[in-house]
Amino acid sequence: MEPKVYRQMGLTDYEYGRIKEILGREPNYVETGMFAVMWSEHCGYKNSRPVLKLFPTEAPWVLQGPGENAGVVDIGDGQAVVFKIESHNHPSAIEPFQGAATGVGGIVRDIFTMGARPIAVLNSLRLGPLENPRNRYLMAGAVGGISFYSNCLGLPTVAGEVYFEPTYSGNPLVNAMAVGLIEHKDILRAKASGIGNDVMYIGARTGRDGIHGATFASEELSMTMEAQQPAVPVGDPFREKLLLEACLEIIKEDLIIGMQDMGAAGLTSSSCEMAARAVTGMELNLDLVPRREEGMTPYEIMLSESQERMLLVAKEGARERIEAICRRWGLEAVVIGRVTSDGIMRIKEKGRVVAAVPAKALTDQCPVYERERRRPSYLDRVQNTDLSSLPEPEDYGAALLKLIATPNLASKEWIYRQCDYMARTDTVAGPGGDAAVLRIKGTGKGLALTVDGNGRYCYLDPERGGAIAVAEAARNLSCVGARPLAITNCLNFGNPEKPEVAWQFYQAVVGMSRACEALQTPVTGGNVSFYNETEGEAIYPTPIVGMVGLLADIKHACGSGFSRENDEIILLGETHAEIGGSEYLAVIHSLVAGEPPQLDLEREKAVQELVREAIAAGLVRAAHDCAEGGLAIALAESVINGGLGARIELESSLRPDYLLFSESQSRVLLAVAPACRDRVLALARQKGIPATVIGLCGGSALEVSLNGRVLFNLSLGELEQTWRESIPALMAG
Amino acid sequence: MLLAKIYVTFKEGVPDPQGETMGQSLLAMGYQGVLSVRTGKYLEIKLATADKDAASREVEEMCRRLLANSVIEQYRYTLEECC
Amino acid sequence: MKFGVIVFPGSNGEQDVYHALDEVLRQPVDYLWHGDTDVSGYDCLVLPGGFSYGNYLRAGAIARFAPIMSAVIDFARAGGLVLGICNGFQILLEAGLLPGAMLRNDCLQFRCQWTHLRVENTATPFSNRFRQGQVIRVPIAHGEGNYYVDAATLAELEANRQVVFRYCDPSGKVTTAANPNGSVANIAGIINREGNILGMMPRPERCVEELLGGSDGREMLASVVDWWQRGNSNGA
Repeated sequence: MEPKVYRQMGLTDYEYGRIKEILGREPNYVETGMFAVMWSEHCGYKNSRPVLKLFPTEAPWVLQGPGENAGVVDIGDGQAVVFKIESHNHPSAIEPFQGAATGVGGIVRDIFTMGARPIAVLNSLRLGPLENPRNRYLMAGAVGGISFYSNCLGLPTVAGEVYFEPTYSGNPLVNAMAVGLIEHKDILRAKASGIGNDVMYIGARTGRDGIHGATFASEELSMTMEAQQPAVPVGDPFREKLLLEACLEIIKEDLIIGMQDMGAAGLTSSSCEMAARAVTGMELNLDLVPRREEGMTPYEIMLSESQERMLLVAKEGARERIEAICRRWGLEAVVIGRVTSDGIMRIKEKGRVVAAVPAKALTDQCPVYERERRRPSYLDRVQNTDLSSLPEPEDYGAALLKLIATPNLASKEWIYRQCDYMARTDTVAGPGGDAAVLRIKGTGKGLALTVDGNGRYCYLDPERGGAIAVAEAARNLSCVGARPLAITNCLNFGNPEKPEVAWQFYQAVVGMSRACEALQTPVTGGNVSFYNETEGEAIYPTPIVGMVGLLADIKHACGSGFSRENDEIILLGETHAEIGGSEYLAVIHSLVAGEPPQLDLEREKAVQELVREAIAAGLVRAAHDCAEGGLAIALAESVINGGLGARIELESSLRPDYLLFSESQSRVLLAVAPACRDRVLALARQKGIPATVIGLCGGSALEVSLNGRVLFNLSLGELEQTWRESIPALMAG
Repeated sequence: MLLAKIYVTFKEGVPDPQGETMGQSLLAMGYQGVLSVRTGKYLEIKLATADKDAASREVEEMCRRLLANSVIEQYRYTLEECC
Repeated sequence: MKFGVIVFPGSNGEQDVYHALDEVLRQPVDYLWHGDTDVSGYDCLVLPGGFSYGNYLRAGAIARFAPIMSAVIDFARAGGLVLGICNGFQILLEAGLLPGAMLRNDCLQFRCQWTHLRVENTATPFSNRFRQGQVIRVPIAHGEGNYYVDAATLAELEANRQVVFRYCDPSGKVTTAANPNGSVANIAGIINREGNILGMMPRPERCVEELLGGSDGREMLASVVDWWQRGNSNGA
């Protein structure tokens, strides 16, 4: 084969050579295409696999770790949570509405292929500044697509996060996470076992959309791509809803061995991955594949990424029942092949074999690259920036208002009011809090869910930034009273063939792993998205953590708002002079520099335990994580969320701006009834955690003074208005 | 075979928030001559028959029963030969 | 009293309604499939929220032709209680069981939020537990809830007290700012002239438990049960 042909498909000369070695012959065009998609980073993890091994993946409550369609975690009473996050960055950069919509569709399918009923969706977005019309278009499109798809499916979008940085202007990030609930006995693995069993195709017909999407996701974006508008699949949430209900019914009746979504790399990946897991092969007859377009070639059928399609391996004799269920839901169900014993993926068309390759060659024999790693030279410059000579703001009230109006800190209501976050009537706490809380019907328990990441911290120090992403996600869950159980992650990075990016990736994974170990939240799966670059410039390294936690008693779910006059406000943890990488530095001083805050994982763990214990003991009326924007922003958010003011009196030798806006880790604000104060303080002492009573809830203003001097006094109305109206005003152009 | 090209539009007086928003955008973009924008739907239906009168009766009925909502919408259509 | 909740392809509020009636109101309830043609034995039919047939073409336009709808129409014309919530309301409009039509929200976006509703008519099976003018809190979640009728029909609706719920501010004032979707006269829910078919965009089934932020929806659903029990004990 002409090198030009396989190179265009994304294969290197070396990889093509390996294919020839494995097959003992030249692959034909169809086979080369199958290898190209399966050996892409998106499907084969060829650049990330050795590094991902660093993640801790085990705990007694983890029922399914990485390697399946989604992770599964035990929550007691014979129930489990199924969850996973995935990126849809490249399609969203080209066509944000469909890109984001099909991102949701794909991740939801990953949940129900495990046999679970999807119960919630979360999203993580990274965009360039909203002052730029292109970024507004991307935001409106991505949010529109997410809400279109999940609303139609009847799935609540219960939480999310979004950050705006110039680094994402050419390469936005759209990560979607889905969560499902399942009985242990229904957990299904995507395996094709049972020689002779029917392989069935159900759902939408196959068209030419999205061919080579997996390869596309593994390449850098260029300006010409934007002009080309390459094949972005189009989502049909109505059909997905039918598919979801039909699949759950099929699973309930115990009719199948396994199933897999025909998503990235379509029929190729779903078939060979199921066969490889079961050490079997498959024979597929492409003449039987339902098609939307005429004249499709075997290559196109094998690689199409048409949405809302599912591949099933039926149990013996189950075929007619499966067909009947699908008919009832208005879906096509067709037997397109059978499971074979020889481990070969044999693809036929018009009686002719058009491809025959070992299933395991496509999956397990994907080459793995240990990429050269080099610490980027920019780090010395940014980390050693002198921050001590920055001028203090003259007016702290104005500084706070400016910060709270910055889109990274302002209300995200513009986004979440477009999403039906109440569907399924389980949402006890929806978007806008530290974490979403869902009740589990029929039990007294609750689930807590969050997504978190800080690309700026990771840019300044990927190891610490990675650890902080995990710690903060866990802190979010602890603040609502939930015990963190496990994470899924989406690792968004630049081109891993660049040593600097490989270094960032490695460092971030090391940091995340360290925090996962310490906080006992293993990794159950996720997704790697490399090549997030435009014009040769990589985005900030941006690992996103999706975490699930369990509340033993839903009645104890804790909010973040100050709501009762005279409640005492306690700050747990210590504030250090740490403004490196902070919002304060970026917004007020236009600097992205310094070191991200220190993270002492032992302290972090102890603070979180304390918060959970105090909440479970009924001692806490509100708890709120001090994160981006520091103590001042955390206070403002609690005041706005609860609709009640606060008077804060701080004592410290720190510079006022450092004290207010430092993003020191392992700090939590609590509001407690006066009668509970001493018990909380005693608990803190017992655990060796600094706890300071810093003020009282009450009134209709937030007043903060330091060493007796009032730094600012802002009315609740002004704070709330500034916070609420910022993003809508920017989006209005 | 016949091809029916059907246009479903809002009746006069029915608010069309999409159209209004597009109109405002076009004005903001400098198209000062834009007086109004009204949106609608365009549908193509391939019909097996070659009988224009029968097709016309059928399309009329489809529009009335399903494709347009007479409370807010009106419709018109053309029929042409197609392959 | 027995409820039937109709499931169309793409409905997604049916489980929420079922949960509210079964677990919270403790009333017998069944799902009814869109392909069914018999609704006998039920005292109230609920058309739930969701995206029947993807809401393609117009919300509710295709569902209106589902086989079960002939039976629903007969049931309603014979005086049976029918409650259409959100997409269910849209279907009732398309089916001609209630006057008017739905346009896209005037903000052109889907809206999920709590709204305040003023109860305009308590002499209905669906609102009799409320006080006249009472302000209740019920969430909405829709993209096409901008209710439209021409001026003549609106005058008729008002004259016959067919407007049951209107979007208002927390104090009960009917203002433009309190209108989340652009509906004519802030209309959130209407009833037919005979008083047995109610359609509303807000979702009462989503506010039947304090844990989820409010329980005014429980009062609304309990109104239906009360009304039915009163009617039956009188031998009506």
